[in-house]
Amino acid sequence: MPELHEFLILGAVLFTLSVTGIFLNRKNLLVLLMCVELMLLSVNINFIAFSHFNADIAGQIFVFFILTVAAAESAIGLAILVVLFRNKNTINVGDIDSMKG
Amino acid sequence: MQNVALVIVLAPLIGAIIAGLFKVNRTVAHSVTIGAVGISFFLSLYLFYQIIIAGHASFNETVYTWLVAGNVRLEIGFMIDSLTVLMMLVVTFVSWMVHFYTIGYMQDDPGYQRFFSYISLFTFSMLMLVMSNNFVQLFFGWEAVGLVSYLLIGFWFTRESAIYANLKAFLVNRVGDFGFVLGIAAVLMAFNTLSYTEVFELAKTGQYQQTISIVSGSEWSFITVICILLFIGAMGKSAQFPLHVWLPDSMEGPTPISALIHAATMVTAGIFMVARMSPLFELSTTALSFVMVIGGITALFMGILGLVQNDIKRVIAYSTLSQLGYMTVALGVSAYSVGIFHLMTHAFFKALLFLGAGSVIIAMHHEQDMRKMGGLKKYLPITYWTAVIGSIALCGFPFFSGFFSKDAIIEAAHHAYEAERAGAWFAYYAVLLGVFITALYTFRMLFLTFHGKERMDEHTREHLHESPWVVTGPLIALAIPSIFIGMFTLEPLVFGHYFEGAIFVDEAHQAFHPEHYHGVLNFIGHGLMQLPFWLALAGVGTAWFLYIKRPDIPGMIATRFALIHKILLDKYGFDRFNDWFFAGGARRIGSGLWQAGDVTLIDGLVNGSAKIVDWFSSVIRNVQTGFLYHYAFSMIIGLVVLLGWFVYIR
Amino acid sequence: MAVTLQRGNEKMLQRRVLTHNKEQITNMTDISLLSVLIWLPILGGIWVLFVESSAARPIALAVSLITFLFSLPLFFNFNVNTYEMQFTETLAWIPSLGINYQLGIDGFSMPLIILTTFTMVLVILAGWEVIKSKPAQYMAAFLIMEGLMIGVFSALDAILFYVFWEAMLIPMFIIIGVWGGPRRIYASIKFFLYTFLGSVLMLISLLYLYSQAHSFAILDFHQLPLTLEAQKWIFIAFLIAFAVKVPMWPVHTWLPDAHVEAPTGGSVILAAIMLKMGGYGFLRFSLPITPDASAAFDWLVIGLSLIAIVYISFVALVQQDMKKLIAYSSISHMGFATLGFFIGFIIYKNTNSLDGAAMAMEGGMMQMISHGFISGALFLCVGVLYDRLHSREIATYGGVANTMPLFAMFAVFFAMANSGLPGTSGFVGEFLVIISSFKANFWIAFTAATILILGAAYTLWMIKRVIYGAVANDGVASLKDINGRETFILVALAIAVLLFGIWPAPLLDVMHSSVQHLLEHILVSKIPPVM
Repeated sequence: MPELHEFLILGAVLFTLSVTGIFLNRKNLLVLLMCVELMLLSVNINFIAFSHFNADIAGQIFVFFILTVAAAESAIGLAILVVLFRNKNTINVGDIDSMKG
Repeated sequence: MQNVALVIVLAPLIGAIIAGLFKVNRTVAHSVTIGAVGISFFLSLYLFYQIIIAGHASFNETVYTWLVAGNVRLEIGFMIDSLTVLMMLVVTFVSWMVHFYTIGYMQDDPGYQRFFSYISLFTFSMLMLVMSNNFVQLFFGWEAVGLVSYLLIGFWFTRESAIYANLKAFLVNRVGDFGFVLGIAAVLMAFNTLSYTEVFELAKTGQYQQTISIVSGSEWSFITVICILLFIGAMGKSAQFPLHVWLPDSMEGPTPISALIHAATMVTAGIFMVARMSPLFELSTTALSFVMVIGGITALFMGILGLVQNDIKRVIAYSTLSQLGYMTVALGVSAYSVGIFHLMTHAFFKALLFLGAGSVIIAMHHEQDMRKMGGLKKYLPITYWTAVIGSIALCGFPFFSGFFSKDAIIEAAHHAYEAERAGAWFAYYAVLLGVFITALYTFRMLFLTFHGKERMDEHTREHLHESPWVVTGPLIALAIPSIFIGMFTLEPLVFGHYFEGAIFVDEAHQAFHPEHYHGVLNFIGHGLMQLPFWLALAGVGTAWFLYIKRPDIPGMIATRFALIHKILLDKYGFDRFNDWFFAGGARRIGSGLWQAGDVTLIDGLVNGSAKIVDWFSSVIRNVQTGFLYHYAFSMIIGLVVLLGWFVYIR
Repeated sequence: MAVTLQRGNEKMLQRRVLTHNKEQITNMTDISLLSVLIWLPILGGIWVLFVESSAARPIALAVSLITFLFSLPLFFNFNVNTYEMQFTETLAWIPSLGINYQLGIDGFSMPLIILTTFTMVLVILAGWEVIKSKPAQYMAAFLIMEGLMIGVFSALDAILFYVFWEAMLIPMFIIIGVWGGPRRIYASIKFFLYTFLGSVLMLISLLYLYSQAHSFAILDFHQLPLTLEAQKWIFIAFLIAFAVKVPMWPVHTWLPDAHVEAPTGGSVILAAIMLKMGGYGFLRFSLPITPDASAAFDWLVIGLSLIAIVYISFVALVQQDMKKLIAYSSISHMGFATLGFFIGFIIYKNTNSLDGAAMAMEGGMMQMISHGFISGALFLCVGVLYDRLHSREIATYGGVANTMPLFAMFAVFFAMANSGLPGTSGFVGEFLVIISSFKANFWIAFTAATILILGAAYTLWMIKRVIYGAVANDGVASLKDINGRETFILVALAIAVLLFGIWPAPLLDVMHSSVQHLLEHILVSKIPPVM
């Protein structure tokens, strides 16, 4: 059985990967969504690890919540993405700058 | 008695409302207003009988409380004493005559009802003014007559000159009122009441604040300040130099108005007011000197202007100015009763002259230039003879009313001159010289209009005829008192005790004593020996020589003394100066303040700060790229900084 | 967070010494007439929003009429012998913060409330046929604003006051912004930002006062001892808030723009009532809460008032736009109100008696009310012309009296009232302020009295150019005289102007006790003794 710190390192690596993915990725919105999912997953790993080593079931319950939210989120996100593509004909991150001040 | 007083005041008001606000026809309009003013006249006669003949005590009562503020109760009420009833009689009588006259004068005018409404309203306002028992109501009447004067000068409101004149009249009057309001404020500060009787009582006993500091460091006599401020009001209303400029222009109004408002009644409000305030003015010789000098200037120099005018109404207007100057001199030399006496005689003969001029103007089809008249005597006999009576009365020929009042003024001025009161020498010589000028311009007008060559065009001449009876009737009705009123009232008004209790004169200033009076004939006999009579004769002679005998001379004089003639035609340049300095200056200041202050400075700041915000945000908006990854990156940076701060700094 | 709040509450309970006894206030409540007056028009306005436009007008008129009728008992049942708040009502609103829904009126607010309800009827009538687009929303905005304005005048709780004060801006902003003239956006934003800037400072002061008094009751603020330093800051903040509203020079430039762009009804409300809130604020907040600072800064307010009277009069003289001219005239006339409120300090110093100060203050109040009628009437007159020829420029007109004699009569009458002719209400306030300020200083009275000349000059010059003269052009020749509706509005205002000119006593009587009490209050120093 691996130690707690190994799980935490895994979580941190995943989290960093996803964050890097968010601001280095300039091509595809889909990747962005995946990075967000990955970020949530890294948090889930932390939750489960702590839950196991602290023997507190609440952490795992939280994971279920997060999974639900993540599922809903990716569903809505994909839906938005589809509509966006229909309207703008692109999902290239560099092209979507209508928030520019 | 209060009810009688109320009816006197309200009857013309109701008449004015009916004629003005309801769509009544012409007959109703003039019947209602004439009836109303008639009621006022007869009830005034009744009050005159009650107070003067039956010897009832003078009446002073409050009708209602206007307002209470602080510890001051301002009330509307009536004070009716010998001075008031005299004014009431003059006002209602002349007004009544003018009402009749108007039927003829305005018969073709579309604003017939409006006109009657206005003159009735005027009668109401003037009565409120003279019957008031306190300063607030006095000021109400004071301004209300100003309003009606404004409305009436601008009666023919499509004429540019008329609406210029009425605005000017109102504004110049407002300059006077500016002083008047401050005067009232000063009275309130000094006496803490605005009721006549209380103020006079306190003034007599000296229970008031004696001095006031206007410019820091110097103390001024409070009573002098009050009197001068109040007199500034009188200068506006009674058209005294230098606030006289509105009166000649006011001749743009219909002639009945010139007679009623700008000759007989409203312009004398200032004279009345000062006479009413005699207990105050008597306490300040400085103010009295100021009054007499102003009066002297007006009496002499405004008379001179009458010499060069060609508009028949303007000649009379300048004559009115000059006569008002006489009255003011009388006030200044403490001969208040004489001032009122002249006010009364002047009201009759000046109204007569104006109405006569109106009759001429009707006959001439609204032509007012005397150069286009001449020889009208045979066409307008009644007008001519009444005008002669008016002129002779104005010049002050013995037996006619003007003689008594004018002689009394000169006598009083002489008395003050001998008493060596400050400024009295000027006032005395001004009124003395004024007699010659008066006779000269009056007879110039008479000769130019009624005598000599007929200079009108053919068409006008064919239609010349005497005016209808509604016009000549009032002329005759006014001619009678113009002849006789002086004779019969000289003794009680000037030498007697008529004004006792109403007018207060310091014993030292008293020019006329009952024991010096030995009958009318004696007074006339005395007058015949004096300079004024001969000056008047000389004036008439000169007028005759210049305008009948040698009509070519005036033109020669005008070219010979072109500069003086020009100055006189320019009315000493007052109008030009006022237009340029006050009217123009105010506009220049206004645009300057507006453009520089409001638009440039204040709105510059306001809009400028808006612009600064705009500029700042245009710079800062560049941060907002719209790219998600920029935002995410800045979030991370922020997170790192925060974490670092928590971990390493804290 | 919650802990802090609780602690605050305890403190508040401990220091209730200052707080007015709430029980007493509740007991004095006989009917909640004020609540009716506030909520009836607001609910009526909301109702109007949902009916179709043909029904909107009669409903709005009915609501405003009923509100006016309901406001009359305020006058007739008003006890003139007490300075205490009357018609009071207290309900807990946010108890944890000590904020109450607390209403009541005294001699200062009662006349202003009646002025509001009276004017509103006329404004609804004035917009009857003129407003073609979205009439229901227009009427609703006015009705809602009416309720909020009455709320401002009757609120006794600072937060309640502030809510009404700010909420009132919204309908006005909408009225100018939607039904206004071509530059309406600029004007409405300028109006909003100006007033908002001022009121934010007021809010800060109110919060500071709460931190000291631990109550939001305005009457508690009145009793609160404050150091001179604190008073000065609060006074300045209040001054900015109210000076913008009055408006006083130099924060007045929003008014001409707002007036010019606002529809007639908006101008009327703005001039007749909104401006009065600044003056009311001085009486309700500045003077009683910071008397020592008021005394210390009296020269400032007096100076600004005199500048307003003279400077603005000159500016009014050269205006080419009738509405702008009347707007400037409003500023100049409101200068008399502020002058009257603050001159009392000097008068008291000179005469050692309250009488002169009372006269000045009553004059200032009188000026506010009379100005409500007169400026409202003048804006309605301009509106009458604007409805016909769609121009506010003086140069467009000339000789209107030829084609509109009846209208000309009213125009001249109100112009005369605006110039302060005795016998009209315009005279009373000016007269009282002038004659009482003479007791303070000759030159103050002298400067103030120039309004006699200048006021007449700009008003009558406009009348000369617009009303008198020969018919200037075909537009003027085609004018139709005022109809029955317009006549009714102008007659109603003319009656009010004449009535209070000829007999101002009843109006002044309701103020005496409040004025006397306020003066006695402000002449006692609130600076706590140094320990």
